[in-house]
Amino acid sequence: MIWTSAAPAIATAFLSSLVEAVEAMTIVLAVASVRGWRPAVMGALAGLAVLVVLVLALGPLLDQIPLHLLQLVIGVLLLLFGMRWLRKAMLRAARVVPLHDEAIAFATETKELREQARHEARLNWVAGLASFKAVVLEGLEVVFIVIAVGAGRGLLGAASLGALAACLVVVVIGFLVHRPLAQVPENTLKFAVGVMLSAFGVFWTGEGLGVPWPGGDFAIPAFAALFLMVALSAVTFTRRLRAQASP
Amino acid sequence: MTMLATAFRMLVGLFVDDGSLALGIIATVLLSGILTSLMPDKPLVPGAVLLVGCLGVLFANMMKAAQR
Repeated sequence: MIWTSAAPAIATAFLSSLVEAVEAMTIVLAVASVRGWRPAVMGALAGLAVLVVLVLALGPLLDQIPLHLLQLVIGVLLLLFGMRWLRKAMLRAARVVPLHDEAIAFATETKELREQARHEARLNWVAGLASFKAVVLEGLEVVFIVIAVGAGRGLLGAASLGALAACLVVVVIGFLVHRPLAQVPENTLKFAVGVMLSAFGVFWTGEGLGVPWPGGDFAIPAFAALFLMVALSAVTFTRRLRAQASP
Repeated sequence: MTMLATAFRMLVGLFVDDGSLALGIIATVLLSGILTSLMPDKPLVPGAVLLVGCLGVLFANMMKAAQR
């Protein structure tokens, strides 16, 4: 394993999974607080099972795709996915859109489930489904990130370990505190992950096109530094523009 | 059918949030691809175009959002 590419892959998988796991855990905790742990855990486990089946079904297919094509396709998808994350984090950092608040997300989900409780006779199903959906939706992003940062260089195992560690951390803390993990600096994490994913995206897309990046794998942290610089400058500019525009 | 459409929308939503950002990225990748075939002896040029193009698209998109 080459640590210059393994370390960024593991760190990116860990941090992005931390963000997604926190979001999924918020919904699972909301379900547990309204209907108890049984539907919450059953829904979450069913969601995990769907994700495992998906990984087992898609994993072997990756070996059938020529490496350059795989790098190009994953690179472009990573650029779309990573720059979308980064843009959202930049807009939040510049206060163009409000920050995502896990406490508010928890309160909204809890309120919706209580509202449904008045009309639905079989609420356990509805609650379990909410838990299932949260795990599948957030988990899909984790699966994509693990495949994207790991598949191009045989780092799927390393990236999976990073993601698994993050999920375990969030699940253990979630079970212990029984509250949404609102203290996690979600936007900072999203900003960092967006920067890393965008850097990986440029690297893989270039590799797929046959670009011999100077420095090889060392180009990834260099690209990340450039993305960070541009993103921070854009946030500062945006804040200034908005401050000038407001009376 | 509705479920399939929802799943498709969900999948697209993973990668596309703002249409102009996605279009800018795709255009940059296409330009780099064209340059790769036009300049096979200078492979670093499409690489530079890809990197600078993506950074430029991100910055421009943010400036556009700020002016909204």
